[in-house]
Amino acid sequence: MANTLKNTRTFVIIGIMVLIVIIYIGKLFSLQVVDNQYKTSASSNVLRYVTQYPVRGLIYDRDKELMVYNEAAYDLMVIPRQLEEFDTTELCDILDISKEFAAERLNKAKAYSVYKPSIFLKQVSAKTYAELQEKMYKFPGFFTQTRTLREYPASVAAHVVGYVGEVNEQVVKNNSYYKSGDYIGISGIERSYEKELRGEKGVNVYMVDVHNRIKGTYNDGELDKDAVPGKNLTLTLDMELQAYGEKLMHNKKGSIVAIEPATGEILCMVSAPSYDPALLSGRPRTKNYRKLQNDTLKPLFNRALQAQYPPGSTFKPINALIGLEEGVVNVNTEYSCNYGYHVGNFSVGCHGHPSPLDFIESIQYSCNAYYCNVYRNILDHASDAGISTNYTNWRKKVRSFGYGKKLDIDFPFELKGSIPEASYFENLYKGAWNSLNIVSMAIGQGEILVTPLQMANFSAVIANRGYYMIPHLVKEIQGEADIEPKYKAKRYSDVDQKHFEPVVEGMYRVVHGDKGSTARNARVDSLEICGKTGTAENPHGEDHSIFIAFAPKDDPKIAISVYVENGSYGATYAAPIASFMIEKYLKGSVSRTWYENYILKANLLDGAKKD
Amino acid sequence: MVQRKINIYKDIDWFTVILYLILVIMGWLNIYAAVYNEEHSSIFDLTQRYGKQLLWIVASIGIIIAIMLLDSKFYAFFAYPFYLFVILLLIAVLLFGTEVNASRSWFTIGSFRVQPGEFAKFATALALARFMSAFNFKIHKLKNLLSIAAIIIVPAALILLQNDTGSALVYATFIIVLFREGLSSAVMLLGLFAAILFIMSLTMPLHYILIFILIVTASVAFIHFHDKKQVIKGVFFFLMVFALIYLINTLFFSYDISWLIIATALAFSVLLGIRALVYRYYYLFFIVGIGLGSIAFTYSVDYFFDNVLEKHQRSRINHLLGIESDPLGAGYNVNQSKIAIGSGGLSGKGFLRGTQTKYDFVPEQSTDFIFCTVGEEWGFLGTSVVLLLFLTLLVRLIILAERQRSSFSRIYGYAVVSILFFHIAINTGMTIGLAPVIGIPLPFFSYGGSSLWAFTALLFVFLRIDASRRELLR
Repeated sequence: MANTLKNTRTFVIIGIMVLIVIIYIGKLFSLQVVDNQYKTSASSNVLRYVTQYPVRGLIYDRDKELMVYNEAAYDLMVIPRQLEEFDTTELCDILDISKEFAAERLNKAKAYSVYKPSIFLKQVSAKTYAELQEKMYKFPGFFTQTRTLREYPASVAAHVVGYVGEVNEQVVKNNSYYKSGDYIGISGIERSYEKELRGEKGVNVYMVDVHNRIKGTYNDGELDKDAVPGKNLTLTLDMELQAYGEKLMHNKKGSIVAIEPATGEILCMVSAPSYDPALLSGRPRTKNYRKLQNDTLKPLFNRALQAQYPPGSTFKPINALIGLEEGVVNVNTEYSCNYGYHVGNFSVGCHGHPSPLDFIESIQYSCNAYYCNVYRNILDHASDAGISTNYTNWRKKVRSFGYGKKLDIDFPFELKGSIPEASYFENLYKGAWNSLNIVSMAIGQGEILVTPLQMANFSAVIANRGYYMIPHLVKEIQGEADIEPKYKAKRYSDVDQKHFEPVVEGMYRVVHGDKGSTARNARVDSLEICGKTGTAENPHGEDHSIFIAFAPKDDPKIAISVYVENGSYGATYAAPIASFMIEKYLKGSVSRTWYENYILKANLLDGAKKD
Repeated sequence: MVQRKINIYKDIDWFTVILYLILVIMGWLNIYAAVYNEEHSSIFDLTQRYGKQLLWIVASIGIIIAIMLLDSKFYAFFAYPFYLFVILLLIAVLLFGTEVNASRSWFTIGSFRVQPGEFAKFATALALARFMSAFNFKIHKLKNLLSIAAIIIVPAALILLQNDTGSALVYATFIIVLFREGLSSAVMLLGLFAAILFIMSLTMPLHYILIFILIVTASVAFIHFHDKKQVIKGVFFFLMVFALIYLINTLFFSYDISWLIIATALAFSVLLGIRALVYRYYYLFFIVGIGLGSIAFTYSVDYFFDNVLEKHQRSRINHLLGIESDPLGAGYNVNQSKIAIGSGGLSGKGFLRGTQTKYDFVPEQSTDFIFCTVGEEWGFLGTSVVLLLFLTLLVRLIILAERQRSSFSRIYGYAVVSILFFHIAINTGMTIGLAPVIGIPLPFFSYGGSSLWAFTALLFVFLRIDASRRELLR
C-alpha cells in the first residue's frame, strides 16, 4: 500500500517537472521562433548607424579653372553623458562664444539626448579647430565631426554656382535620402546638379552597448557602405569673361548673357547687382541671406533668367525674318518714315534717319515705321484666315526662336517670358481686334516679355543662320561620357535659313554702317561684330538700354545679349558693354581703354534708387 | 549486517556524472560568451569571470574527489553538526558579512567572496534526511511536523534577514520531499489553497477573496459532513445573518463590506464553536479553523507584501502578476531578457555572436540571467536542449533516489532533486517572464564559486551515497 502510494507520488512529481519543462519550451518556441518582435527590438537596441558624408563635387570653369571647392569645417559635437567638469571659460574663449550661449547649447543637447551626440557648435573654422584640437583632452564628452564648406577662390558667378544649405523639413519628408541637418544645393548649379555633386552617403554600422558606447563594427562591416564622393563638374562658363562682365556691370542693374552659338554653351551669365558667393557659405549664411533678401536692389534675383523685360528694337530682326518667310516683305521692299508711323490719330514715333529705306537699312537704322508696316502685313496679309490665325501662326514662329517658352536650360527657376496667345487679345478686345491694336509688338514693346537668356539665344539663332542649341552651363560631368543629348541637337527655327543672310547684313551695318547706324560705338577694329540695339520704354524711369550681338560675322564664336536697366538708349551702355565683352573674349583684352573706363565708372544705381 | 566492499569507480552513476560535466562545460562556455571581450580573450585570464569560473570548476573536481574518498556513512553521521555549523555561519554573516547588492550574505576572504547561504541548502537537505529517516519516524505526528518546519524555516528565516528573499524562498521546495514521504494530500491541498489565496490577495479586492474563502469553507464542510442538509441550513443561516447585518449597516452605519463579511463569519464561528462543544463534534473546529485561518492568512499576506518586502521585490511580483507594466523600471530586466532570448531565433546567432547579452543590455548576464546568453547565441534549439538536459538530470536523480535502500539516502536524494528543480524552474522561468525575478542562480551554469561548489557538493554527496547503496543489505 505504502509502496504504491509512493510510486504514484513519484509519478506526480515527475509529471509536474515534465509539465513545467513543456510549458517553458512552448513559451520559448513562441518567443524565439514565432514572435519576430523581439528580433526587431534587439537590433534597434544594439546597432548604431553612423553616416559617412561624401565630399561634394568641385566646380571648374571651361578652362578647368577652379570655381568652387570644399574646405573642411568642423562641427563640435557633445555627448552630455560623457561630460566631466571642465573649464567653461577656456572653451568659450577658444570658440569665441558667450557662456550663456554655451549653457543654452548644452541644455539643448541634454534635452535631445544624454547618450547621443548633438551639435554643440556648427562649422568651427580650421584655425579654431587647430587650437581646439590641442586642448581637446581637457573637454571630455566633446568631439569634432568633419563637414565641408563651399569656398569660392574668385568670388564670381554667385548666381550661377548658387549655394548649399541645410535641407528643410519638406525635402526631408519627401526624399528619403536626406536627413535633417544634411546639406543640399538650394540654387544655381548646386541645385540643378545636386544629384551629381552630392555623391552618395555611406554608413558605418557599429554595435553599441547599453550606454551607447561603440563596441566595434557589426558583422565585420558587412553592412557598411563607403561614401561615394560627388562628381566634379566642368562648366561652360569662361570665368575670366564672367568676372569681366561682372566688373562692367558694377553699379548697374541688368544682365549679360553670352553663348557660344555652335554649341549653346553659356560663356557668361552675369546678373547685376551680384554678391560674393562666400556670403552664403557656412555659419553666417542665414544672417547674410536675410541682408541680401532685404536689399532693395535684389542682388539675389537672377536677372539673366528671371527678369522679364520688353525686348525693344532687338525684336525687329525676328519680325523681319518672319516677314520674309511669310512673303509679305522682301529685301527690296521700301517704306517711308516720317518720324514715325501714322494712321489717323495713331502714331508710333521714330527718330531721324534716311527715308524711304529698304529691308537691310530698316535694321541698320532701326526704323519703327518699317516694322509697323511689316508686322501689320504679317497679321493682315500672311493669309486670308483673319488676324487670329495669322497671329497664332506668327506666335508659333516667334516661339521657334526660343521666345515665350522655357529654353530648358540645365538651371533652376528659368522663366519663360511672355508672347501672349491670340485668345488673350480676343478677350482683351472682346473679339474685335485688328493689327493696329497690337502694332507696338512690331518693335518689341507691348505685351512681349523676354529674358536676357532668350535674347542671347535669339542672337545665337541669327549667328547660326537658323538654329540654336539649348543653352547650358555644364560641359562635362566627371565619370560620365557626355552631357544630356538634348543639348547636342540643333533646334531649327520656323524661318527658312536662306532668309537669315539679309538680316545678318543689316545687323552688321548696325555696327559697321555709315553715320546714322545705331551702334557705331560698338565697332572694334578688325572684329566683324553684328548687333542690334534696343531701347525699351520704361514707364517707371529712364529707358532700358539693350543690345544683342554676335561675332565674328562669319563663323561666329560668341552671341551676346546685354540689358542695362535705366541705361537710356541701346547704344548708350549696352552696345559698348557688348563690344567690350566680345573683344575681351575673342582678343583677350580691350583696346579702347578710355571708353572702357568710362563705362566701368558709370553708376546707374543712384538714379534707379530714386524710383 | 554484512558489508560489501564497493568500487566507487565502478558503482558511481556515470550517466549523472556525464550530465553534470556537460552542464558545467556548457555553463562555462556561456559565461565566456556573456562577458567575452576581445581585450581579454584568453580563457585563463583570471581577471575575467570565465577565468575565475574555470578555477571554480577545477576546484569543484577537487571537492568531488574529496567527497568520493569519504565514507558514505559520514554524511548521515555529520548531518546535524554540519547543519548547526552552517546555522552559526548564517548568524555570523549577518553580523560580520559584506553587503553586496543590498544583501548581507557574503563573507569576504581576500579577493574572494563566499556565500554561506548557498551551503545552507545542502546542510538543510542533510539534516532533513537525517531527521526523517529516524527509526519509527511518522510524518503526521505534530511534534515531527513542527521539527521538520523548524529545520526548514530556521535557515530560511536567517537568509531572509540577510535581505536575500530569493534564496529564502528556495526552502519552500522541501514540500516536494515531504510530499514524497507521504505528507497528507490535505496538507498539500491546503498549501495549494494558500498559494491561490496569496495571489488573489495581491490582485483582487478583499471582499471577493472573503467570499471565495467562505465558498471553499462551505464546500469542505459539505464534502466532509454526512448530514448535507445541516450544511445547507448552515449556509442559509449564514446568508440570513449577513443580509441582516448588511441591512443594518446600510441603514445606520457605512462600514466596508469586507468588515461585514468578517463580522458575520466571526459571529457564525462562535455559534459553530458552541455547537461543536455541545455536540462534541470537534470536526467543526477544523472547518472554522480553515475559514478563519484563511482570512488571517489573506491579511498577513497583505501585511507581508506592504511591510516586509522591499519595494523592488514588490514591483517584481506586481510585474509578474500583470499589475504593473513598466518596461524601463521593474520590468526592464525581464523585457531585456526576453528581447535577448527572442532575438536568438530558432538556431541562435552563434557562439560569441550575441549582441544583447554581451553589451550589458541584460543585467546580471553571467549570473542570474545566464540563460539569456544560451537563448541568444544558441536559439530555441539551445534553450530546449538545456531544459531537456536538466529534466533528464532530475528524472535520473529521482530514479536513483527510488532505488535507495536506506530512507536517509532516498530522502536526501529527493531533497537534491527539489532544490535543483526549484532553481531551474524559477531561474529559467524568470528570464522568459513565467516566474518572478528573484535572484537565484541556475545550477552549474551561473557564474559564482559558492553556488557551483554548493550544487556540486549537493549532487556528488548523493552520488557517493548512491554508489554505496549495496553496502547496506536489508
